[in-house]
Amino acid sequence: MSVPAFAALLERLVFTPGRNAKLALLRDWFATQPDPDRGVGLAALTEELVFTAAKPALIRDLVAARTDPVLLALSHDYVGDFAETVALIWPQREGVNAPPPALSEVVEALELTPKAELPLLIAGWLDTLDSSGRLALIKLVTGGLRVGVSGRLARVALAEWSGQPVEEIEEVWHGVAPPYLPLFRWLEGAAEKPDPQEAPVFRPLMLAHPLEDADVAALRPAEWRAEWKWDGIRVQLTAGPGGRRLWSRGGEDVSGAFPEIIAAMNFHAVLDGELLVIRDGAVAPFADLQQRLNRKGVTARMQADYPVGVRLYDLLFEAGEDLRPLPFDVRRARLEDWVARIAPARMDLSAQIAFASVVQLSEVRDGARAASIEGLMLKRADSPYVAGRQKGLWWKWKRDPLSIDAVLMYAQRGHGKRSSFYSDYTFGLWRPDGAGGEELVPVGKAYSGYTDEELGWLDKWIRNHTTGRFGPVREVEKALVLEVIFDAAQLSTRHKSGVALRFPRIARIRTDKPASEADRLENLMGYVERRAPTDDATDG
Amino acid sequence: MPPHPESWLRVTPQGLYCEPGGFFIDPQRPVDRAVITHGHADHARPGHEAVLATPATLAIMRARMGEAGAGTVQQPIRPGETLVQNGVAIRLVPAGHVLGSAQVVLDWQGSRAVVSGDYKRQRDTTCAPFEPVNCDVFVTEATFALPVFRHPPPEEETAKLLKSLALFPDRTHVVGCYALGKCQRLIRLLREAGWEAPIHLHGALATLCTLYETLGVPLGPLAPATVANKAALKGAIVLAPPSAVQDRWARRLAEPVVAVASGWMRVRQRAKTRGVELPLVISDHADWDDLNRTIDEVGAPEVWVTHGRDDALVHAMALRGIRGRALHLVGLGDEEDDAPQPEAAA
Repeated sequence: MSVPAFAALLERLVFTPGRNAKLALLRDWFATQPDPDRGVGLAALTEELVFTAAKPALIRDLVAARTDPVLLALSHDYVGDFAETVALIWPQREGVNAPPPALSEVVEALELTPKAELPLLIAGWLDTLDSSGRLALIKLVTGGLRVGVSGRLARVALAEWSGQPVEEIEEVWHGVAPPYLPLFRWLEGAAEKPDPQEAPVFRPLMLAHPLEDADVAALRPAEWRAEWKWDGIRVQLTAGPGGRRLWSRGGEDVSGAFPEIIAAMNFHAVLDGELLVIRDGAVAPFADLQQRLNRKGVTARMQADYPVGVRLYDLLFEAGEDLRPLPFDVRRARLEDWVARIAPARMDLSAQIAFASVVQLSEVRDGARAASIEGLMLKRADSPYVAGRQKGLWWKWKRDPLSIDAVLMYAQRGHGKRSSFYSDYTFGLWRPDGAGGEELVPVGKAYSGYTDEELGWLDKWIRNHTTGRFGPVREVEKALVLEVIFDAAQLSTRHKSGVALRFPRIARIRTDKPASEADRLENLMGYVERRAPTDDATDG
Repeated sequence: MPPHPESWLRVTPQGLYCEPGGFFIDPQRPVDRAVITHGHADHARPGHEAVLATPATLAIMRARMGEAGAGTVQQPIRPGETLVQNGVAIRLVPAGHVLGSAQVVLDWQGSRAVVSGDYKRQRDTTCAPFEPVNCDVFVTEATFALPVFRHPPPEEETAKLLKSLALFPDRTHVVGCYALGKCQRLIRLLREAGWEAPIHLHGALATLCTLYETLGVPLGPLAPATVANKAALKGAIVLAPPSAVQDRWARRLAEPVVAVASGWMRVRQRAKTRGVELPLVISDHADWDDLNRTIDEVGAPEVWVTHGRDDALVHAMALRGIRGRALHLVGLGDEEDDAPQPEAAA
């Protein structure tokens, strides 16, 4: 249809917290919109299509020409967001009876129109739209949609709507381009599956199940291979004559953020590995890698301060050959051979850990306290590389979490189903206040780990022990101790306490323990690992 | 030359006071004589001696604050009727805000002031429409006096709600709306849009719905939301006070879609911080265009602004040569209407 339909979808998506509800909205979009707007909208949502033709200054000039400066300033001050202010304040023109533009029309015109004619074009469109249409248009033409629809979510919605498995959609996704006509024709059963040919496409990753205690006993060492589970981000590297791409675990193209990796990919292969910040051969804590994430581009300074590399886990394709059906041991041999031959810069092998018994392996796991290691990966020697999480092929065996007893300080309500519950907890530990006494300093925030009963209990406790309110946040009496478990503690300059926790969650409510007996910050500092040991030290 | 209204209509700590008439309009504290524009709690306070208001407003006050609280002496005056008090002619003219709402038209020695109370110009089948009255001084509200506030036709907003019900047929749609006016208007809009199923009500909304029906505003089948079970509320519309839609009360609902009907929903951030999933821009106040249109229609050379965004409105009037004056009346806009409540803002 047109921009108003897209604006209505955007508005619902922006306000909808639930994943299922978002999926329902996207399915409805695919089912009801005609081509090519259906695909253009999809591309805009997932930011496959981003426009930079119109600068915010253009919009600023347009609205300034049509509104009183004092009223505009007062309005901007009230609304906060400038694009939204413009969308709301834009004076409706009597007698405009042109229909609102189609999405595809907007996209085409933005590409073809000379820069000098853009203001008139955009003003003309704004005149035909209502406020939500105007907001959608402004965000679209200035390239700032940001609705929180990941490519992965969109592909799941496509799968649910069409009945095709999401893995198959993932495989063709990066081989098709907006407005995705061949994709929609296939999904509607009107054509064959599109063939990506040489285009660099994402192959869905193989994932592992957590190893439960019950499974441990059944493990026969001879049939399994062990590696460290590195705490970075899982990536797939695709390189060949059709181009080079670095994909995240969910199939997002993150090439732009890591140009040094792309530069090093002068080979023809598809690889699976872990992206890490590595200094002098040692893996830095996740917090360092975090500095490089969620960026479209990257400065030379960032590249120097946070040097990245890839630790390789698996070889999926070599030249055009699909190795995925082969047993893990065979793929591993091919990978080792490939690394020795190609010797790609910024990449190394994820070492295998020899072990004779499960007990020995368990000791190795418990001995690993480097912040950059989450635990162990166990891969069955004969496992093919299959998409998704198939039970019995790969296990992740995380090391036991660390734990502290912390004091609840603040609580905030959750979203969606939890919107009536205080479900997000900020907790703190004791430290000297510099005046001879003790004070609590916040060390983290957790919003999981508890049961429904515990959540109900905590919600009630918080309401009955509130001492202050700051918007959606309640401050509570410093009287409740929570046992918090987490995977690692890392130094952080971004936190007042100087330390950040990996995956903190609530393990238990300690009503038996007075707040004064909760842990002290120095207890937590004892867990901090500043540097990961080198491979030599941990390679058992 | 007739006296300027400034000389006989004054701002006092209790509110606007008509000196020759010896009465207050919408006073914030108990007084001997009060003229009340409408039943919202920030305008109609309990404990006055003599109260003059429309019959519907008096009925609403009795329902909300009891026979005693609504005034020791209650004097109804029908819209259009004139009553002379110490030489000041008092006439109540429909304001279109909620049932019973009226502007107070005061004539004294050839000089006329009109106190609007709260008003709107959009269609509302639950009350009589606003009538512009020419005057020397127009006393207006300014709740939505910023040019970003332009209320869309309410029918478009209820259509959004019905579309969402079609898309999420298993989820309860709970709409936060105030008990007096907004609730009943919303029900009427839904009936007009063809929603014939029972509409479920939070207990706090029931009394006034019953009163509206007695006063001749039919609302169709209504049912309490309190006793209904979760399954029965799947795909139903439930109306509740804004403070309840996201609090513990709402846990009885099946996977609720939280909607709020308010003029403030026009601004995204406002809706987002309140955790509203379906914002509905439905307001009982005049928007920016209607405030300015009304000011032009009443033709007053001078306009006083009681509460709201007086800065923007006074500036806009100055651009067209109308003298504006901000009264900064305290207490108005604090309690009902569209004012966000602290708990709901969480």
